[in-house]
Amino acid sequence: MTTRKGNIVLFVLNNAPLILFAAVFGGFATLSPKFLAVENLVNILVQSASIGIVATGMTFVLLTAGIDLSVGSIMFLSAAAAGKLIAGGQPVSLAFAVAIAIGVGYGAINAFFITRLKILPFIVTLSTQFAGRGLSLLITQTRAMNLPRLVEVGSSKILRIPVPVWWFGAVVVFAHVVLMKTAFGRHIYAIGNDAEGAKKAGINTTRVVFLVYVVSGLCAAIGGLVYLSRLGLVSPKLGLQREFAAIAAAVLGGTSLFGGRGKVFPGTFLGAVLIQTVESGLVFIKASEYVYPLVTSFVIFFAVFVDSVRHVKLQQLKRRRIRVAATG
Amino acid sequence: MSDTILECRNVTKSFFGVPVLRNVSLTLKAGRVLGIVGENGAGKSTLMNILGGVLRADSGSVRLGERDHAPQNPAEAFREGIAFIHQELNLFTNLSVAENMFIAAFPKMRIVGLPLIRRRAIREKTQALLASVDLHVSAEALVEDLSPGERQMVEIAKALGADARIIILDEPTTSLSSRETQRLFGIIHRLRGQGISMIYISHNLGDVLRLCDDILILRDGRVVGEGPKEEFTLERMISLMVGRSMDQLYPSRSARPSGEIVLEVKSLSQPGIVENITFQLHKGEILGISGLMGSGRTELARILFGLDAFEHGEILLNGEPLTRCSPHERIHRGMAFLTEDRRAEGLLINASVEDNIALVSLPSFARALPGLVNRPEMLRAAGRAAKAVRLQCSSLSRQTAKTLSGGNQQKVVLAKWLLEKPSVFVLDEPTRGIDVGAKFEVYRIMDELAAKGVGIVFISSEIEELMGMCDRILVMAYGEIRRCMARTQFDKEKIFRDALMENQLP
Repeated sequence: MTTRKGNIVLFVLNNAPLILFAAVFGGFATLSPKFLAVENLVNILVQSASIGIVATGMTFVLLTAGIDLSVGSIMFLSAAAAGKLIAGGQPVSLAFAVAIAIGVGYGAINAFFITRLKILPFIVTLSTQFAGRGLSLLITQTRAMNLPRLVEVGSSKILRIPVPVWWFGAVVVFAHVVLMKTAFGRHIYAIGNDAEGAKKAGINTTRVVFLVYVVSGLCAAIGGLVYLSRLGLVSPKLGLQREFAAIAAAVLGGTSLFGGRGKVFPGTFLGAVLIQTVESGLVFIKASEYVYPLVTSFVIFFAVFVDSVRHVKLQQLKRRRIRVAATG
Repeated sequence: MSDTILECRNVTKSFFGVPVLRNVSLTLKAGRVLGIVGENGAGKSTLMNILGGVLRADSGSVRLGERDHAPQNPAEAFREGIAFIHQELNLFTNLSVAENMFIAAFPKMRIVGLPLIRRRAIREKTQALLASVDLHVSAEALVEDLSPGERQMVEIAKALGADARIIILDEPTTSLSSRETQRLFGIIHRLRGQGISMIYISHNLGDVLRLCDDILILRDGRVVGEGPKEEFTLERMISLMVGRSMDQLYPSRSARPSGEIVLEVKSLSQPGIVENITFQLHKGEILGISGLMGSGRTELARILFGLDAFEHGEILLNGEPLTRCSPHERIHRGMAFLTEDRRAEGLLINASVEDNIALVSLPSFARALPGLVNRPEMLRAAGRAAKAVRLQCSSLSRQTAKTLSGGNQQKVVLAKWLLEKPSVFVLDEPTRGIDVGAKFEVYRIMDELAAKGVGIVFISSEIEELMGMCDRILVMAYGEIRRCMARTQFDKEKIFRDALMENQLP
């Protein structure tokens, strides 16, 4: 059906994340050989864990052609609640359990508005983003909270691997299995491909879409906790604008904003690490601080651009042919 | 082998008071292929949609085996054993073949609490099903990597996997190559031998005669012929399908076209879409384009209006070549386009009537320097245009386009383009889904426009209205122009035959 040249173009477009990752990595390694030191690589993984976990939840949402702009506020709210409880002398396990329940509840509220009241995900999650941040600022009274006790948790290691990396790995592996190997996961892909068709095929699309936003809320809460335990600090800026980093990580990893296309592993995992690599790499080559946003935004733009080109290309290939034999 | 598996009795269905099916009865026997033929709009799709659970009948009964059959949705019909394979296939292109087969009910196993899909089981079952339709692709292959013919086989295999007793095939060959078509026919023969019944809908009457055991002919929502295929010939089928007398009225044409050419198309080709299209449109002429769905007529209209690109050939509008693929340029130079899908493409369905009418000509009501729209003047012009098309609505400003009847919606679209005073007007199915009275009004507007010197390209699948209104008719099939007829030579059967029968490449 497709021509050979078309296949090559598609191959490149479909594997853009890997190619980009190799290029960025190779680039920094050439500029500074120490970049490849094990210590630095582990450090990059630790730093990308938080946003990587949030981006994993975001991938679920994007696969259904939705969007969740509230994840940054969920990170803040769950971390703020956990911090408050810990500061008040409650055990860490209880604080974390409450934080995770908040994430799930938050996601369920988003999901309720989106699936039951049929409001656009963009509008719903934009509103709850502001509401969530406002609520968090109320709880913290816009003051920063220092929780040195937590850093011990965050910086500890199991089998010589830092705890945040364990969390990152566990979330990615679990999410990957759910997406690839369960009916729920495959239904997510089906809905992203053709929502109307999915309904016709007897899939309970309302339920699937509902759960997708719950998953996103859950991952955002875990991401907030990982962040909290690494830095031991709840500041009013926690999670601010992190939804963009999460979306960028997913899209960089090859997840399409048009739905139905993308993977948590290697895709989103690599995307999150890539964003962190760019930032760490810039530090390494001692680039000016003001260059960071420029470079990061260029990388994100490039990823979205590739996504659009790929979408247009796929649409062209899918175009109905009237004269079948003539196209060979 | 003659037990009845499906029986419809007096099925009736109307849309917005327009009857589409009137007391339709049919009988399908086990292990037989029933061919259903009829013109576009005869009610074939509606009937199949009722069987397949997409629509519900207003009255009448359907019995499937020993039980009443009234599925509330397609999934239910599928479970009952009726698989409906649409012209537009219902596969998820980003999933594998095996996943598509079992999407509605994956077999599962629990591993550490997670309900995982039994991948090996679905792979093996799928591979066996694919083998039964002679399709040699991997069960793990993504559907988007398959050809249209292979996808069709996947749909059939899926139906077999669900133990379908009845498979409905709606125009299954339109996107297949002739080799794929032959293979499909082979499979149909084999399935029939296994006792599976099929309903085969096609415009290719030759195929229907070759393939089917029984034939049912629909016209205007009524059954006009039914019986084993031995009772039918091509000639008889065609005359039954078109046999309606001219019961619609057309306004007599008030002026003749002049010799001046307003639109000229020279050897226009777009690979895979249309091939070597050449024609001229004169001032004041109504040029009909006849063809079936999928003949390339809508695609040609989209290319003419600059919505899609073309690779070879030339289009001259008022003597000047059109170079860019841009509707904006076409509008600017005097072309107008009425799309076949007015609700999705022709109207801002939630905007007011006057905003819809003023949409295209908005720039010409903008005051030169600040660029602000002169609203009072715009509204006066919209009002005049509405009056010119005899639009019936309660309020131009408060009523939204959505609340109008189909006919009045179409008048809004016409009024919108009339404000621009076009010299060429491309109309794609302007009377689709509107009642007889409104149709007449549309014809009248077309006649008035032609009399004022507008050249009109009139695309329709209703041959009568083309014959009633046009000066010439081009017949399209397979992306090519098959014939050009002047008004004195109009012959319905010839047009029909050209559009229908040679549905393969020469």
